[in-house]
Amino acid sequence: MAGSEADAARALARDRRARVLQALGLTAPLLVFLAFTFLIPIGALLMRAVENPEVARALPATVAVLDSWDTVSAPPDGAYRAFADDLLAMAEPADAGGLARRLNSELPGARSLVMGAFRQRESFATLDAPAAKAAFLALDERWQQPELWRVIARNGSRWTPDYLLASVDRRRDATGDVVAVPEEQAVFVRILLRTLGIGATVTLVCLVLAYPLAWWLSTLPVRKANRLLILVLVPFWTSVLVRVAAWIVLLQSEGLVNRALAGLGWIDRPLELLFNRTGVIIAMVHILLPFMILPLYSVMKGIPRDYQRAAVSLGSHPLGAFVRVFVPQTLPGVTAGVLLVFILAIGYYVTPALLGGPADQMLSSSVAQYANVELNWGMACALGAVLLTATLVLYGVYRRFATGEGLTA
Amino acid sequence: MASDPSSVLVRFAGVAKTYDGTTFAVRDLDLDVRHGEFLTLLGPSGSGKTTTLMMLAGFEAPSTGDILLDGRSIRATPAHRRNFGMVFQSYALFPHLSVGDNVAYPLNVRGVSGQERRDRVARALAMVRLEGYQTRRPSQLSGGQQQRVALARALVFEPTLVLMDEPLGALDKQLREHMQIELKALHRQLGITFVYVTHDQGEALTLSDRVAVFQDGALQQVAPVDRLYEAPANRFVAGFVGDATFLEGRLVSRHSGAVELELPGGWRLRGVDGDLGDAPPGTDVVAVVRPERIAFTSEPAGENALSATVEDVIYFGDHLRARCAIDGQAVATVKVPLGPRPPVGGAVSLHLPAEHLRIYR
Amino acid sequence: MPPCLPRLLAAVLLSGATAVLAQTTVTVVNFGGANGNAQKKAYYEPFEKAAGVRMVPVEYNGEQAKVKAMVEARKVTWDIVETESPDVDRGCDEGLFERIDWSRIGNKADFLPAAVHDCGVGIFFWSTVIAYNADRVKEPPRHWADFWDLRKYPGKRALRKGARYNLEFALMADGVKPADVYKVLATPEGAERAFRKLAELKPHLQWWEAGAQPPQFLVAGDVIMASSYNGRIDAAQREGRNLRITWTGSIFDVDFWTIPKGSPNRDVAMRFIAFASDPDRQADYARLISYGPTHSKTLGKLDAKVLANLPSAPANAKDALRFDFRFWADQGEVLEKRFAAWAAQ
Repeated sequence: MAGSEADAARALARDRRARVLQALGLTAPLLVFLAFTFLIPIGALLMRAVENPEVARALPATVAVLDSWDTVSAPPDGAYRAFADDLLAMAEPADAGGLARRLNSELPGARSLVMGAFRQRESFATLDAPAAKAAFLALDERWQQPELWRVIARNGSRWTPDYLLASVDRRRDATGDVVAVPEEQAVFVRILLRTLGIGATVTLVCLVLAYPLAWWLSTLPVRKANRLLILVLVPFWTSVLVRVAAWIVLLQSEGLVNRALAGLGWIDRPLELLFNRTGVIIAMVHILLPFMILPLYSVMKGIPRDYQRAAVSLGSHPLGAFVRVFVPQTLPGVTAGVLLVFILAIGYYVTPALLGGPADQMLSSSVAQYANVELNWGMACALGAVLLTATLVLYGVYRRFATGEGLTA
Repeated sequence: MASDPSSVLVRFAGVAKTYDGTTFAVRDLDLDVRHGEFLTLLGPSGSGKTTTLMMLAGFEAPSTGDILLDGRSIRATPAHRRNFGMVFQSYALFPHLSVGDNVAYPLNVRGVSGQERRDRVARALAMVRLEGYQTRRPSQLSGGQQQRVALARALVFEPTLVLMDEPLGALDKQLREHMQIELKALHRQLGITFVYVTHDQGEALTLSDRVAVFQDGALQQVAPVDRLYEAPANRFVAGFVGDATFLEGRLVSRHSGAVELELPGGWRLRGVDGDLGDAPPGTDVVAVVRPERIAFTSEPAGENALSATVEDVIYFGDHLRARCAIDGQAVATVKVPLGPRPPVGGAVSLHLPAEHLRIYR
Repeated sequence: MPPCLPRLLAAVLLSGATAVLAQTTVTVVNFGGANGNAQKKAYYEPFEKAAGVRMVPVEYNGEQAKVKAMVEARKVTWDIVETESPDVDRGCDEGLFERIDWSRIGNKADFLPAAVHDCGVGIFFWSTVIAYNADRVKEPPRHWADFWDLRKYPGKRALRKGARYNLEFALMADGVKPADVYKVLATPEGAERAFRKLAELKPHLQWWEAGAQPPQFLVAGDVIMASSYNGRIDAAQREGRNLRITWTGSIFDVDFWTIPKGSPNRDVAMRFIAFASDPDRQADYARLISYGPTHSKTLGKLDAKVLANLPSAPANAKDALRFDFRFWADQGEVLEKRFAAWAAQ
């Protein structure tokens, strides 16, 4: 008896192992794919948002000297000597370039200071500390400003919170406390809020437009509904740029919409539909609408008509039955659609760039600006991380909402 | 219910329903539903029974004719004002509400609140023996429990009429039979009028006071269950309700209800007039007899006797059924008490008593 | 299969042995549009014939991120890149580009000074100018003060979205002489002054992002004046549009040929740059699109009609400002950020 039980247990374990192996085998290609296309890039993005190698690599001696500096008084002469040594030790000009860019993004003007000194580095070779300081100051007076040396000291470690702080309009001051950046530099929080605002508006408009349409589609016979769903997908058939160009033709002040409205005598001067929030929202709603319609439709299609009939038979007015019985059951579709549209919307970049004004730019434009134009990838990654965090927070809220509602299949 | 049990609660008067203007889902329907009765609308799918129920519920409007409730037309009364409880085959319990909230729904709609609502919900759940299930979600209940909740919900607001659309169709056989008994007990206990739709004739016979049989949109017969079984109005009803053996033949003669027909093999049988009307001798007719009315006989030449061969004997627990082949006819089913089995392949003589042999066109 | 292979090989060899075996493919990256087409006609096609290489043009929008990524990954697939001046300077510092061997290009002194860089050879001068629709404006605007004069020229104006150029224009409109613009802008008060001046126009501005937009806006009547790249206005004129340019206070800049560091074809690339820097080639190019040549001997080969539309023509360059890429390399990030903050308010 015991023997056969042990045999059975062994067979069971073997069976389970085989199943696990099979599952692993079947999912392995996807897992590998995801690791390479998703997890590793996101990990790299988060790394770059806090990575700060330029100063530590280029200026090891200077950082060591500045370690004992109080950051308030005049920088020690030894720092100038060490800086000259670091410049002389650089193997590649690119090291100086990277250092210059890094310092410049914190202190405008630092680039030309560093590159100027780098070009003259041979002349510093034999000078003692006070003479080195004099030589730097002769090159440019700005070498004596403590802020420059503070920036170097602050960035002496390989990791920094500065990009992330900057992406929420904060910075470390001279004493290392986190403070708000000056008003005229405070931009990302506002852009983030605007991004979330545009996302919310687009989501809401999509929901309002999609809900009745999805409901109507769900009442049709499947074949007819499928034919109409193809029309819903039409926006996907054209590229972003073509769509944007089409919207410009339609919405510009001499465009079709304005001319039609003027022709009907409804307006006497063109509405401003383009290069403002209206244009951005119209175009984004257009492209994102299917992402709302499809989940709503699939959920609504699965809700039997009996529920509403039951509610009506129990004495509910048909409208009341719709609101109290049908609508609550579509909530999984609503949350899925809302989440999908919102998350896609806050990542939009091309549409607001081409159809909006400067007050309609979204966070992705800032990411692109830093990645493509400023080549400040640390900042680009930090802003990306902010967007990612916002998305994850939202998803967390969705999960709580979805499970809290007890809407299980 | 204090009303006179034989008085009419609902009257369908010349009701017809068409969706496309040419084919009729229901035609020429005249049907009364009496106070307090359990009336079943029985028929195969597409026979018009469900359409009839939906017209009564107010989800479909009659194309012609009228539906009267206590003598007043309810054509213009929307479904939610009719005060009829309804139970669906899919249960249609609201999945986002608890059992208690489901049952409270019609009370909420009617503005019943507070202690009264709690009491009535509790009473309704007790009635279907689901005390203590108030806070569960419908998805946590079994099919039978869900159907009982649906029933409690349809009864809690004391409706004038309870409509049920194949409510037990999704349950397995045993549970279905169990629920049939409960339903019937509940009906007796409450005295509310039930209108019940099913395609299952056994269920119809078990539950109902009266049954209305539908086919192709037309009402075939409405009668108490025993009349329906013993005296079907036509060939369709005879075949649809209960088991029966059909024998094809030709009408020979009629004398005041006593009918004689001849089978192709030359046998002459006497029977009762089913729906012959003024059919002349020579008309093709069919004789219908229930399995329990056929008996084995030792007199092959006796009156209303046929010779047959036993093809098969099937054990039914409390009785046997012998399937007997008759020349030129469909197989006849004979109900046989437990005991010695007729030998398979053996020749037997069957006696079909004339008073139980009904002749139809 | 085996018997076929030799025959196939023979056929290939006979059909053009030298071409097939020796032909190198060089990828050249430009900004596309009319400019890209002009480069193709004036430079790529003649060079293909002369050198027996294949030139594959690729379009981009000037994002240096791609160059940086290629160089960092040591997988450089771009051989020659048309690069804007601030990016040449910065990329040179950061080691993104090969150093130019000027001895192979020609005599440094023959090139206009602005077109000479350690890592780049100037291709052409281009300008950001005041453009207007002559059908709608009675009196031509003479300088940026007119652009800012809302009473004299009511209506919307278009400026490029961003801080670049606009801050310079604002200071010039506020009376700063072209020679002092970057000195003033480098001070905090100067930047403040530029943003304040820009704010005067804010409700009347329509921003553009792509170079094709200003002529569109002008033709459609959406705006009364616009800042624009001069070549775009020239192209619209060639299509018969009555658009005009005011050169006073324009900002001119140079686009450069650069070679991303580690390009496997840097030798051919250098040959190409030398070829394209020839005055005759540059004259062909200037006839196709009104961007100014960088070789000092080219101007002499052009007739007056072509010259009149070039940023480097003496009459047009007289009151113009040279774009200071060093200033923008230092201050760009902080000014662009401030612009974004300002624009969002």
